[in-house]
Amino acid sequence: MPDDPSFTSRRRFLQWSAVAVPALAAAGAPASGQAPSADDRPTFFSASEWAFLRAAAARLIPADALGPGALEAGVPEFIDRQMATPWAEGRLWYMQGPFVPDAPPTLGWQMRLTPRDVYRLGIAAADGWTQDRHGRVFAELDPAAQDGVLQAFESGKARFEQVPAAIFFAMLLGNVREGFFSDPVHGGNRGLAGWKLIGFPGARADFMDWVERDVAYPLPPVSLSGQRG
Amino acid sequence: MATRMNKTDVVIVGFGWAGAIMAKELTEAGLRVVALERGPARDTQPDGAYPKVLDELTYNIRKKLFQDLSRETVTIRHGLDDTALPYRQLGAFLPGDGVGGAGLHWSGVHFRVDPVELRLRSHYEERYGKGFLPDGMTIQDFGVSYEELEPHFDFAEKVFGTSGTAWSVKGQVVGADKGGNPFAPDRSNDFPLPAQMRPISAQRFGKAAAELGYHPYDLPSANASGPYSNPYGCQMGPCNFCGYCSGYVCYNYSKASPNVNILPALRQSPLFALRTQAHVLQVDLSADRRTATGVTYVDAQGREVAQPADIVILSAFQFHNVRLMLLSGIGEPYDPASGQGTVGRNFAYQNMATIKAFFSGEVHANPFIGAGGNGIAIDDFNADNFDHGPAGFVGGSPMWVNQAGVKPISGIALPEGVPGWGSAWKQAVAEYYTHTVSMDAHGAHMSYRDNYLSLDPTYRDAYGRPLLRMTLDWKDNDIRMTRFMAEKMRAVAQAMGPKALRVYVKNFGDHFDTTSYQTTHLNGGAIMGADRRTSAINRYLQSWDVHNVFVPGASAFPQGLGYNPTGLVAALTYWSAKAIRERYLAKPGPLA
Repeated sequence: MPDDPSFTSRRRFLQWSAVAVPALAAAGAPASGQAPSADDRPTFFSASEWAFLRAAAARLIPADALGPGALEAGVPEFIDRQMATPWAEGRLWYMQGPFVPDAPPTLGWQMRLTPRDVYRLGIAAADGWTQDRHGRVFAELDPAAQDGVLQAFESGKARFEQVPAAIFFAMLLGNVREGFFSDPVHGGNRGLAGWKLIGFPGARADFMDWVERDVAYPLPPVSLSGQRG
Repeated sequence: MATRMNKTDVVIVGFGWAGAIMAKELTEAGLRVVALERGPARDTQPDGAYPKVLDELTYNIRKKLFQDLSRETVTIRHGLDDTALPYRQLGAFLPGDGVGGAGLHWSGVHFRVDPVELRLRSHYEERYGKGFLPDGMTIQDFGVSYEELEPHFDFAEKVFGTSGTAWSVKGQVVGADKGGNPFAPDRSNDFPLPAQMRPISAQRFGKAAAELGYHPYDLPSANASGPYSNPYGCQMGPCNFCGYCSGYVCYNYSKASPNVNILPALRQSPLFALRTQAHVLQVDLSADRRTATGVTYVDAQGREVAQPADIVILSAFQFHNVRLMLLSGIGEPYDPASGQGTVGRNFAYQNMATIKAFFSGEVHANPFIGAGGNGIAIDDFNADNFDHGPAGFVGGSPMWVNQAGVKPISGIALPEGVPGWGSAWKQAVAEYYTHTVSMDAHGAHMSYRDNYLSLDPTYRDAYGRPLLRMTLDWKDNDIRMTRFMAEKMRAVAQAMGPKALRVYVKNFGDHFDTTSYQTTHLNGGAIMGADRRTSAINRYLQSWDVHNVFVPGASAFPQGLGYNPTGLVAALTYWSAKAIRERYLAKPGPLA
């Protein structure tokens, strides 16, 4: 772990932050007593959306005995950064009407909504639904209750008005997995946590000596920037 | 008012394999060739630069190399009475975009063809009788034989630097017990390179198949097993099994592509020009509509440009060729009610079944190790290599382990019943990822009277032109075939001794699912044949109606193959180019 460049750079960042806090506080930044980190400054998501996203990510891939989960791996930051891409604006898709959103699922996406819309409308609906049933928003529930709520979204048992709950859930889960397993250059998979969990070697990209050998691949993963897991 | 370019001898629409082969052949014949590619310039540098290309999110998940659907897509419906809706997101199939086309992002499985599949209708009628084909099935013969194409298969393999194990060369068996395929047709030469190494997962599949009495062989792969220089002087480096093939640009110059294997030679020719971001709107026809005068395209700045030419080659992706013919008024559009017309007829796809075998910790499949064209296959149930009489369906399927490099975002299969998230999911991906073997039955897909292509009445592209409409659904024959194949493959998978299996196979009543990737092997719509009443182009890929328009590509296939289509596309393109060079140039006019 001490060799891990992400660990040392993060420690350096925290040291720098500790020094910088008074200046930021004077400039009007929240002085909560904690050093601000990138996690606290989403670009796309509002504070309440951010709380939902972090809480949901922590349940979809939890930290447990097997290692870090989505939250520790920086998945919320990954999703926030994805919101600034052409994909999130629906610019990779054919988005001319007429739209027929109730078409059979085999014909694929037929809604007018972009991923940004799905998150904005979906998180609001998710927190609204949770508030109605549990008297609190999602992030304030205990983990077991959160799992129950996520199951209601996944199955579509929860009904949202503007975006189907199951579609919102599927996009969220898909993006959480992307953030957990993509190269850290995109903001997630911190410490190569996702790759270490499953034994994926990342960008090693040369297996000449291992093709015909029925053994566990022994080398740790490496990222595009040369970070090793 | 369109800008008018100087006339050229040949204009090529779409620069994938077929376009590159035509450009090379026709510049060799001394013709001036202008190739128009609507996507961007692409090459190993910078698009496949190491290590940047080793990025699953950017390439396969956000689909960097595939068609930009925001500008143009297709619409899809299941039946004649349905309203088609746009294919808004890439799912079932992934057409290419940019220089190299799908030939830049393909895997590299490089087959020839089973000779029976070139004369499929005749063969079935001869062996099983005319009543054997179900009502509405419109399969037919290609109008060209394996023997006629053999020299072109041979040359294409030399151009692609294909690695494999021959069964027989000039009638002599050379590949028995070495990985040759006893069902393969005879060859004039061995593969240019020996087969690649065999990953553990492929070895296990081959061993289990042999135990059941089947005949495992090395998949022919256009991923080079060693250093190679092709007849054009283009060079390849040995594949190192990095696993970044399908959906990526090969950083290692190991996977054959138009960019690596043909373009470097073409660039030396003063007769060749390649214009990128040139989106062809239509083929321009003479007043009597019997010849083409060139094409009109929109350039990068948005200008409309006319490019006059004596010969027009339509070598875009399968369905773009068909759409351009329909938009330009080349040939008669097909009408499924009357069966009249030919353009859009016999649209066919692939009929896949997949099995994932999950092993305990002592079997190391290491699925990140991969090469797109590599693997072990059996042909015992492909083509007509078994008796279809009792089986009661038409079509065959090779089966294989083709470990092309399984990535974590898109590729972690889990046994039935495992939740999709939470600690149980996490436990399962940790347990199974490196111990999973994936195998496919890559089934042929037959053509039917009401699976066809036409122009959509509602949806339009960024230039205001109608999108192409696919009408496609699975038929009873398709489901029976794929379920038969899945059962045969299940027996092989069981013989491998897994802890658990998961079988992905269609059920009766299932409709074509546009969201789930199957293959990008789309066929037909501008099919070749011996009879102009039932084919859009003749056996030389020449339009029956407009003799200076040639249409190479899988759009020429009257039905889908068991094998991957690229090898046959390449051979047919060389065959067509030979006819142009040796006959058409001397006497322009219908060749058949």
